[in-house]
Amino acid sequence: MSDPTIGSMPLGNEQDIVMSRQQVRRLAQQLKFSLVDQTKMVTAASELSRNTVVYGGGGEMRWEVVSLGPRQGLRLAFADQGPGIPDLDLALTDGWTSGGGLGMGLSGSRRLVDEFDIRTAPGEGTCVTITRWK
Amino acid sequence: MDRIPILQLGRFLLVTIQVDLQDQTALTLQEDLASRIERTGARGVLIDISALEIVDSFIGRMLASISGIARVLDATTVVVGMQPAVAITLVELGLSLPGVRTALNMEHGMKLLENALAEELDQ
Ligand SMILES: Nc1ncnc2c1ncn2[C@@H]1O[C@H](COP(=O)(O)OP(=O)(O)OP(=O)(O)O)[C@@H](O)[C@H]1O
Ligand SMILES: [Mg+2]
Repeated sequence: MSDPTIGSMPLGNEQDIVMSRQQVRRLAQQLKFSLVDQTKMVTAASELSRNTVVYGGGGEMRWEVVSLGPRQGLRLAFADQGPGIPDLDLALTDGWTSGGGLGMGLSGSRRLVDEFDIRTAPGEGTCVTITRWK
Repeated sequence: MDRIPILQLGRFLLVTIQVDLQDQTALTLQEDLASRIERTGARGVLIDISALEIVDSFIGRMLASISGIARVLDATTVVVGMQPAVAITLVELGLSLPGVRTALNMEHGMKLLENALAEELDQ
């Protein structure tokens, strides 16, 4: 069965991180992304889902198959209503972490996709949107 | 909860990761391996990740810390079988897996461990 081209799923715990990877894999396969492109998108989704769960206190992943003329792409948004990111430049620096991570999730997943957008405000949450074109 | 089995092969321990890992499963593996190395005096650990479809920063950190823990317990770790698409993605993500030894497959990994042991005995 093929997934609808638009949808969402909750990100509340570790099991949801695994499910989001599986969902993004399915969508990328349906779009016939190359194996490397699938891997990049799933890896970025894993990083961003984990951030949503760990730092955002949970939230959701929304997906959308987008097109631009003949080109198709996959757009994912990771949204939470957590504390927000006070210093975005710092958070996007390779190796910077406020917890015990490697600090590679945000900066690294930005390199794995074609478009990367973050909206965040202290106390209002964070929404990271990524797009990869075929 | 899933627990990843650890096999013993002579002086080496063998782990095959076959599931899409939950974070907690990865942490449990780290602890299980540490206590097995300590209990058995194993000198090498082979981790087969050929079934893994991605390695993100969490799994990368786990592999690096298993290698580090094993080293302190006097064992060498080799990660084998990383898929090419995973390797390409890992590099672009920016993970260099410091201190983690890798080999193309089980056979090469095993040889690497045996050589490391033999060199030590020579000294
Ligand atoms: N959704 C979020 N809400 C609040 N803060 C966030 C969110 N996502 C990221 N951050 C902040 O940005 C920092 C950098 O995130 P990034 O994913 O790059 O690294 P990390 O999660 O600390 O480590 P890694 O992902 O490498 O294991 C985090 O340590 C955290 O402080
Ligand atoms: Mg992260």
